[in-house]
Amino acid sequence: MTNLPAATGIATRNVRKSFADHVALDNVSLAADEGTILALLGPNGAGKTTMVRILSTLIPADSGSIRVAGHDVVTDADGVRAVIGVTGQFSAVDNLLTGAENLQLMADLRHLGRRAGRRRVTELLDQFDLADAAHKLLSTYSGGMRRRLDLAMTLVNQPAVIFLDEPTAGLDPRSRRTMWQIIRELTSAGVTILLTTQYLDEADQLADRIVVLDHGRIVAEGTPAELKGRVPGGHVRLYFADVHDLRSAAGLLSAAAPDEDQLVLQVPAYGTVDSVRDLLNKLHEARISVERLSIHTPDLDDVFLAVTGSHVSGQPHQDRTLQGAQQR
Amino acid sequence: MTTLALTVSDSRTMLRRSLKHQLRYPSMTVMLVGLPIVLLLLFVYVFGGQLGASLGAHGGRGAYLDYVVPGVLLIAVASVVQGTSIMVAMDMTGGIIDRFRTMAIARASVLIGHVLGSLIQTLAAVAILIGVAFGLGFHASAGPLAWLAAIGILALFAVALIWLAVALGLAAKSVETASNTPMVLLLLLFLSSGFVATATMPTGLRQFAEYQPFTAVADSVRGLLTGATIGDHAIIAIAWSIGISVVAYLWAIRLYNRRRAAEPR
Repeated sequence: MTNLPAATGIATRNVRKSFADHVALDNVSLAADEGTILALLGPNGAGKTTMVRILSTLIPADSGSIRVAGHDVVTDADGVRAVIGVTGQFSAVDNLLTGAENLQLMADLRHLGRRAGRRRVTELLDQFDLADAAHKLLSTYSGGMRRRLDLAMTLVNQPAVIFLDEPTAGLDPRSRRTMWQIIRELTSAGVTILLTTQYLDEADQLADRIVVLDHGRIVAEGTPAELKGRVPGGHVRLYFADVHDLRSAAGLLSAAAPDEDQLVLQVPAYGTVDSVRDLLNKLHEARISVERLSIHTPDLDDVFLAVTGSHVSGQPHQDRTLQGAQQR
Repeated sequence: MTTLALTVSDSRTMLRRSLKHQLRYPSMTVMLVGLPIVLLLLFVYVFGGQLGASLGAHGGRGAYLDYVVPGVLLIAVASVVQGTSIMVAMDMTGGIIDRFRTMAIARASVLIGHVLGSLIQTLAAVAILIGVAFGLGFHASAGPLAWLAAIGILALFAVALIWLAVALGLAAKSVETASNTPMVLLLLLFLSSGFVATATMPTGLRQFAEYQPFTAVADSVRGLLTGATIGDHAIIAIAWSIGISVVAYLWAIRLYNRRRAAEPR
């Protein structure tokens, strides 16, 4: 085992894991400083969940060294377990108990003691807006409430490191925003978070650093800004009614490559109101009519496309939010 | 905390959880106690006249009630462990088990909670059934010590079957499978001296019945409660119980730990 810095946060070096003949993780080295959010971004089957399961002591790695909050996951698994919190992809709540009882169960298993345990349960119910439903059975909870309870259960012992495996999968947009807000607030308390996601905007919104995984390998990493800097800038797509207008526009706006089958012209632009207005004025003056347009700002899907040669979901770009929302 | 203190504390927490489940899943709890009661009534009032007549000079429905009570108590045991299997499988197929595994708790406490919870449920079911049996006119000649011994043998056997049910619940791929496998236990009970004397069975079946654990337990409990001859049945019942407990416990722990390694997800 190579030595890793004993510091807090998360550090792994050359982690490998295979299931039968399928390589799930291939030499993955990660680092997350204390109090930061690291996002593992990748499509289904990229190895994200496997990495979380290894980091949270659920399954052993084949090789490599892993330290979580300064504890080695192999030699000090219980040390790791005492300071981490895990919210998996599948809701890990007890459906036959009430919300308060679920939290109390966690407080008891974390050995908080009777009074401190009660206090923590009440605190979390308030913090996660579950006080009204505290004594209702989970069968009456909505998806968003279950997810909030799930996360609250993870936080009972105030863990130093939290693993969130696709924390917003299947949530409606509003619950998703709430969850993002909660996650952001956690890091301000100095908690280190590793989250996995297929949602590009989620990684962009939350993460200090992003690691892009594909087929068990790291294909890109950096801050969201660094990653976006690696791809060409944004563009405006112009849709025309006939090939005539398309050709004239292509002549007018140099550096444009017309697509004569689709009647689409892609023009480099930055999506600001001024630049779009200039562009449209120019076309208007030349009496070229444009049917409609779409504005495309660079995002992480472009990063993924640039480093792997395919879209994250294998779907056309525009559909990905919708498609993501339907995953579960 | 020492390992032992941790195990005791976590098992107590898990036991509390298991008891709450029983309260929150009343349909199952009622079914587990209700089924033996219905069967008791069925055996006594439908089959009892005919079956009791064959019990000799003092035969009759009342005599058959005295005969069949241990068998019905064993139905209660077998039916409770079906619930155990279901609960364990529900835990293992749900996400909660992964949460427990990522926490610094005594690992065995998850299973111990189910075992103790089921044992309490068994004893409650047995108590209710004995009450119903007395209501129907059950005559017990047993003194307090004999009662204690009878309950002890039943409890020991229940522990054995509960661990077996835990293992079956762990081995099951789905909750449905887990709810079916313990049915075998009910079948075994019918192929024992629980409801009719083994002497009335054809040779091959009789030999099987005489050498299987349900007969030993039924005969010992019957002997202790009604003063029938026990012979070496008590020793055999205890030996069976300990033997099944050890094997099922080891199997369950092995399944519980192995589940961790596989699972490419």
